[in-house]
Amino acid sequence: MSQQILEHVEKSYLKEKVPFFEIGDNVDVHTRILEGTKERIQVFSGVVIARSGSGSREMFTVRRIVQGEGVERKFPLHSPKIADVVVKRHGIVKRAKLYYLRDRVGKATKLKERRVKKTG
Amino acid sequence: MSTGILGRKVGMTQVYDESGRAVPVTVIEAGPCHVLQVRTRERDGYNAVQLGFADKPRRLARRSERGHVAKIESARSRSRADAGVEVVGKAGAEPKRYVREFRGEAGDATVGQEVKVDIFSEEDSVDVTGTSKGRGFSGVMRRHNFAGQRASHGVKKVHRHPGGTGCSAYPSRVFKGKRMAGQYGNARCTVRNLKVVGVDAEKNLLLVEGGIPGPNGGFLVIRKTNMLK
Repeated sequence: MSQQILEHVEKSYLKEKVPFFEIGDNVDVHTRILEGTKERIQVFSGVVIARSGSGSREMFTVRRIVQGEGVERKFPLHSPKIADVVVKRHGIVKRAKLYYLRDRVGKATKLKERRVKKTG
Repeated sequence: MSTGILGRKVGMTQVYDESGRAVPVTVIEAGPCHVLQVRTRERDGYNAVQLGFADKPRRLARRSERGHVAKIESARSRSRADAGVEVVGKAGAEPKRYVREFRGEAGDATVGQEVKVDIFSEEDSVDVTGTSKGRGFSGVMRRHNFAGQRASHGVKKVHRHPGGTGCSAYPSRVFKGKRMAGQYGNARCTVRNLKVVGVDAEKNLLLVEGGIPGPNGGFLVIRKTNMLK
């Protein structure tokens, strides 16, 4: 019963349309940031290596290499600050958490591309 | 009107405010409560409103509990009625599991009236009282955050002990109130000035920012805050 009540509370804070992406996808994450009084969109692009949590607490982790240094950012999926998540490229992966990418450097970090037939 | 309400802790979750900030909230199932009794200075010596929350099955309720919420026919009640004794009003509700009083002028509260969570819709912050989770007989490190003693350098078998308590020649005794090991938790505990994040009158839910004492399902007393602005 209490779980249903919590789900009911979270429901009103969930996004109506959750951007669709999968583990191993290359994505552009558009985040709204406030600069003084002006709002602008900042883009963080990289590979989705994990999704965690459920309901309004769901998070996803994006990893990229900046100047030879691995950078990971964890975003709350349902946060109003996340404007959009655009999928650039699908990757072929066999697990839900791609933490093995942390131990790899250079070319080995690249995932094989999964071609998706465009429909419609 | 009552200054507070009774409820139950449902659990914690996370919501977003207007600015997009993730807010940790505790969900409280608050009310609906029935006013079971109105205490007055003339009759009881003090002013208060007595509320009851959560129905108790009649087979588990004592006769006194059933008689407290609704009229029960008995030989005594009949004889009193025949003698013309005025009967005290009853709420006409089911027996309640959790009954508490709120001190203060009753105002427009009447017996049998339903108190709902919308009394907090205009309120910024509330105080929540509950019973904290029991941790049993705990040592000073857990109970009072003492640092303990060293792992080595000659310390033997007393790594989690409090150390000395009574000093030396002066005062040659242990001061009253010295923090020591003992029962920790399972005590009445109030958290004041919790911000009200949301009120759902339809589902009887109250959302407050931050944690509150006790386990999920624990009974709570929720009042308008007494913190000065």
